[in-house]
Amino acid sequence: MHPFVVLSPVRLHIPDGFLSPVVALVGWLLAVAAIGYALRQTRGQLGEKQIPLMGVLAAFIFAAQAINFPVAGGTSGHLLGGTLAAIVLGPWAAVLIMTSVIGVQALVFQDGGLLALGFNIVNMGLLTAFTGHLVYQVVRKILGEGRNSLLVAGAVGAWISVMVGALATAVELAASGASPLKIALPAMGGVHALIGVGEAVITVGALAFIYAARRDLLNIGESAPAQARARWAVIGLGIALVVAAFSPLASGAPDGLNRVAADLGFDTRALDPLYEVFSGYALPFVNNPNVSKIVAVGLGTLIVFGIAFVAARLQRNKANA
Amino acid sequence: MLHIDLADQYQRGASLIHRLNPRVKILGAVLFIAAATILPPGAWLAYGLLLAGAWLAAHASQLGIGYTLKRSFVALPFALAAITLPFTVPGQPIAHLGGLTISAEGSLRFLSILIKSWLSVQVAILLAVTTPFHDLMRGMRELRIPKPLINIVSFMYRYLFVFADEALRLMRARAARSAVGTGGKSGGGLMWRGRVAGGLVGNLALRAFERSERIYDAMVARGFQGEIKTLTSPPLTDTDRNVLVGWVTYLAMLLLVGFIF
Repeated sequence: MHPFVVLSPVRLHIPDGFLSPVVALVGWLLAVAAIGYALRQTRGQLGEKQIPLMGVLAAFIFAAQAINFPVAGGTSGHLLGGTLAAIVLGPWAAVLIMTSVIGVQALVFQDGGLLALGFNIVNMGLLTAFTGHLVYQVVRKILGEGRNSLLVAGAVGAWISVMVGALATAVELAASGASPLKIALPAMGGVHALIGVGEAVITVGALAFIYAARRDLLNIGESAPAQARARWAVIGLGIALVVAAFSPLASGAPDGLNRVAADLGFDTRALDPLYEVFSGYALPFVNNPNVSKIVAVGLGTLIVFGIAFVAARLQRNKANA
Repeated sequence: MLHIDLADQYQRGASLIHRLNPRVKILGAVLFIAAATILPPGAWLAYGLLLAGAWLAAHASQLGIGYTLKRSFVALPFALAAITLPFTVPGQPIAHLGGLTISAEGSLRFLSILIKSWLSVQVAILLAVTTPFHDLMRGMRELRIPKPLINIVSFMYRYLFVFADEALRLMRARAARSAVGTGGKSGGGLMWRGRVAGGLVGNLALRAFERSERIYDAMVARGFQGEIKTLTSPPLTDTDRNVLVGWVTYLAMLLLVGFIF
C-alpha cells in the first residue's frame, strides 16, 4: 500500500463510482476551463520559467503533504497546500500546481478516481486556491502589514479553504445520490473543521519560516498580474453554487422549479419515454427532490455563467477590434 | 515508524498489455471506468462482465489477478461517505438496527457504488503499473492534453523522488532532536507540534524555490528556449487497433446487458 495513502487523513479525493455521470462531466468542464485559463495566466506571469518553476513546486507540495505531525489516537495532521501555494505564488499558479499534484495522485497512486478527477481538481485546487487567497488578502487589508497580520491571514485563509473544499465535496456527493445532503454536509463540515485547523497551523508555520528567511518571496503572489476580474468570476461562481445548494433547503415551500416545470408543461409527462430513460440512470438523484433541484439550479447557474462569460468575451473582442 | 518508500509504480514486463500503445491503454481504462459509472445500480450481470474484463486484462498483463486485487482496496475508506444510504433511501424495509430501518433500495445503491468504485480502481492500477510514467505522459500529449500541463507534470514527477527524500531527511532530523517520554509521549502541545511541521514545510519550500532557480539556469545554459522537444511515438499497430475495437465492443455489449436486464 502506498504510504501517502496511509498517511492521508484528508479523504477529499473522491474515488470513481461515487459521482454520477452528469456530475462527473460538470466537474471536468469546470476543471478544463480553469486549467486552460491558469496555463495562460502563468505563462504571462512567468514566461519560459513557467514549466520548471511550476513542476518543481508541484513536486514540493506533493512531498510536503507527507510531512505530518501526531494529533491524537494514531491520526496525524498534514498539509493540503492549496492556500500556501496561492499565498506565495498567486491563485492561478496554485491551481496549476494543485492540478499536477492531484493528477499524479490519481493517475499513478489511485488516490482519487480518473472520472472524479475533474471535481477533485475543482475542490482541492481551484476552490482552495481562490478562497484561501481571497480570505488571505481581505484579512491582510484589515490588519495591515507585518508578521502577525501575515500569519493570521494565512491561518484563516487555510481553514476556510479546507472547509469550502469539504462542503463542495459534500454537495457533489449529494448531487450524485451517494449521500443525502443533510448528512453529508454536517459530516464533511465537522470532520474538516478539525482537519482545517491542522492545515492552518502548518500553513502558519511555513509562512513564518519563509517570512524569517526569504521575505521577498512573499511578494510574488501579491504582484501576480491582472487577475482581479477572473478572481471575481470564480468567487461569483462559488457563491452562486453555494446559494444553489441551500436555496431549496431553506425554502419552506419548495415549489419554484416544480412550478416552472408545470407552467412549461413538463410535468404532464408528455415526454414519458425520454423521462424514463433519464430516471433510469443519468439522473438517479431524481428520487430526491431537494437534491435534484440543487443540481438543476447548479447546472442552470453554470449555464448562465457560461453565457455571461461568452457574452463578455465577445463584447471585449468587439471593443478591441 | 515513519517511512516513505515512495516508488515508481511501474512493473517491468513484456506482456500484451505492457506492449500496447499508451493511448490505447489510457482510452481503454477511461472508457471502462465511464461504463462502470454509467451503469444503473443493481446491474449485477453487467458488473460481473466488468469484473471478468478487468481480471482478463490483469491476467494478460502477466502480473496476475492477485496483484491488482491486493491493491484494489485503497478507495475503501471513502465508502464511509455513502454508508448512510441503506438507512436514508426510502424503500422496502429489510432489517432494523436499533431505531433505524435498512431499506432494500438503499442497500442496493450502496453496494452498487462500492462495486463500481472497486472495479474502476482495479483498471486504474493496471494502467499505472503496466505503463512507464513518460509513456503515460506521451500518450496524454497525443490525446491532446495541453502540452505545457504535460511538461509541468513530467517535471514534477522527475523531482518528486528528490523532494520526497528531502522531506524524509527533514522528518528524520526532527525525530533525532525530539525526545520521547515514557508511554510514547512527545513534548510540546498540539499547536507547537503543528508549527514545527509547518517549519519543515517552509524549509522544504525554500529548498524547492532555490532548486527551481538552479534547474532553470542549468536549462538555459544548455540552450532551453521555452520549448521542450519530445520524440513522437510510434503509430498504432494492428494489435493496438484490434484490442481497442474489441475492448470498446465488449464495453458496449456490457452496457446493453446492463440496461436490458
